Amino acid sequence: MPTTLELKALCSQTRRDIVRMVHAVNSGHPGASLGCTEFFVTLYHEVMRPNPGNFTMDGKGEDLFFLSNGHISPVWYSVLARYGYFPVPELSTFRKLNTRLQGHPTTHEGLTGIRMSSGSLGQGLSVAIGAATAKRLNGDGRHVYVLMGDGELQEGQVWEAAMYAAANKVDNLIATVDVNGRQIDGDTDDVLNLGDLRAKFEAFGWKVFESDGNHLENLTATMKACKDASGNGLPVMNLMRTEMGQGVDFMVGSHKWHGVAPNDAQLQTALTQLEETLGDY
Amino acid sequence: MKKLTEDRDTRSGFGVGLLELGNTNPNVVALCADLTGSLKMDAFQKEFPDRFFQVGIAEANMIGIAAGLTIGGKIPFTGTFANFSTGRVYDQIRQSVAYSGKNVKICASHAGLTLGEDGATHQILEDIGLMKMLPGMTVINPCDFNQTKAATIAIAKHEGPVYLRFGRPKVPNFFPEDIPFEIGKAWKISEGTDVSIFATGHLVWKAIEAADLLREKGISAEVINIHTIKPLDVEAVIASVRKTGCAVTAEEHQRNGGLGDSIAQMLGLHLPSPIEMVAVNDSFGESGTPEELLEKYGLNAAAIVTAAEKTMSRK
Repeated sequence: MPTTLELKALCSQTRRDIVRMVHAVNSGHPGASLGCTEFFVTLYHEVMRPNPGNFTMDGKGEDLFFLSNGHISPVWYSVLARYGYFPVPELSTFRKLNTRLQGHPTTHEGLTGIRMSSGSLGQGLSVAIGAATAKRLNGDGRHVYVLMGDGELQEGQVWEAAMYAAANKVDNLIATVDVNGRQIDGDTDDVLNLGDLRAKFEAFGWKVFESDGNHLENLTATMKACKDASGNGLPVMNLMRTEMGQGVDFMVGSHKWHGVAPNDAQLQTALTQLEETLGDY
Repeated sequence: MKKLTEDRDTRSGFGVGLLELGNTNPNVVALCADLTGSLKMDAFQKEFPDRFFQVGIAEANMIGIAAGLTIGGKIPFTGTFANFSTGRVYDQIRQSVAYSGKNVKICASHAGLTLGEDGATHQILEDIGLMKMLPGMTVINPCDFNQTKAATIAIAKHEGPVYLRFGRPKVPNFFPEDIPFEIGKAWKISEGTDVSIFATGHLVWKAIEAADLLREKGISAEVINIHTIKPLDVEAVIASVRKTGCAVTAEEHQRNGGLGDSIAQMLGLHLPSPIEMVAVNDSFGESGTPEELLEKYGLNAAAIVTAAEKTMSRK
């Protein structure tokens, strides 16, 4: 198992990858990618620990992960590459013609580590329920994880899926919502207030945890608690508070960096704030 | 062409085929959005309760769950009305099934005008077009009970997303059980030399009736059943039109986006020839009995005869 210090270094490197990737093509979504960096790092390195050298679409005998809010692909690509799913230098092809690293993640270009295309919001929880159900049918005791954005919860399909998961006791499913309170047009409170998410998911029949998604130790402990709570007849929800743009002071806490790339000077400022590196691609 | 049994509904062919798959292929699972009886999925549900998933009135979730079930090797068959199988969930099918290349079988009943009295809200006439536009999607519209059963069994063996369209009313059952059903391979029902009639779904029997009427007028019509609209059997269409020199298409769908549109496009590229289309022309349906609706919207044998004479006059 990697040490906390090693994971923190990896978080810093992942954030460097994110800002460099979106800067290079002057497009992409840095805000929630930076906010969810700890989540991806702990999920792959502490929680799931999948075998990157033996990737199969079916993933039998392995924990599976689905990214529903596909626009935060930069953080996923960085973590996948540095975990060993594909060569780290391939990060430089992000969003460029003929790349496997499409703007939004896809199975279509054969990128190892990805099992479902996402981007159009609201679909990932349903997909994760299906994959969790297949695991149950196959007698496969591993878990299925899914990440959604909080703005994404405005999509009705999410609540169809939330109702189904509880009614059918899909308890090998662990969902996380990135509660950063921001979406493209502004704060979620202003665009369409999500209300009390804990009360809503509890009313839908879920076991709900809350975590600090930018605090590595707290997040890792909560993810482990989620896993311990699985298998008890209830789907499990981790409401994960994060700051959009975490790690870069001029990006933090603003919806304006949802889908905007830094310019040359902003990139340099960001990189000086993300000093720790394991070697840029 | 002889009827082989009493009239039967194509949806029952689906139900019987699905039940057979349940016995022969343990990876086949089924999902339904609160229309188990209408889709004739109740026998599968009773025999294989662990492999049947009632999702309630939540079609978007059903498509997503089906896509997820393929990860782990399952072959999901989703069932609801054609309207709710396509237009309602187009984005879910596009992203989570077609673009993701998932092995989901979207099985859709009550397609077209012959749904009848429920009216235009439920009579989708655009579904073939919606589905055939999706890259990698196979689109099949069988003509009777036997062919729907055979198609249901065949699509389980096909790797990739499929849209299987069938309907509600009892119609003649004539597809011989000894003819193997091959996806993408047209079925030549009768030979002819004056005009080629390409028909799909419930309009195939109408095309057979039309060919009989044309014969009485001294016209030799070749009737070809295109059960697979995508991929289209280009060879069969070209070979027939090369012989007859003109074409008629017949389907229970909008002219835009349907079988006629596919054949006209293909002939335009490879063998420009006169073509007439028996289809709904940019209109919604309405309440009525299936036969009344087919007559009012010009989807019957008489309309096919008129179209045949017109396309022949344009040679």
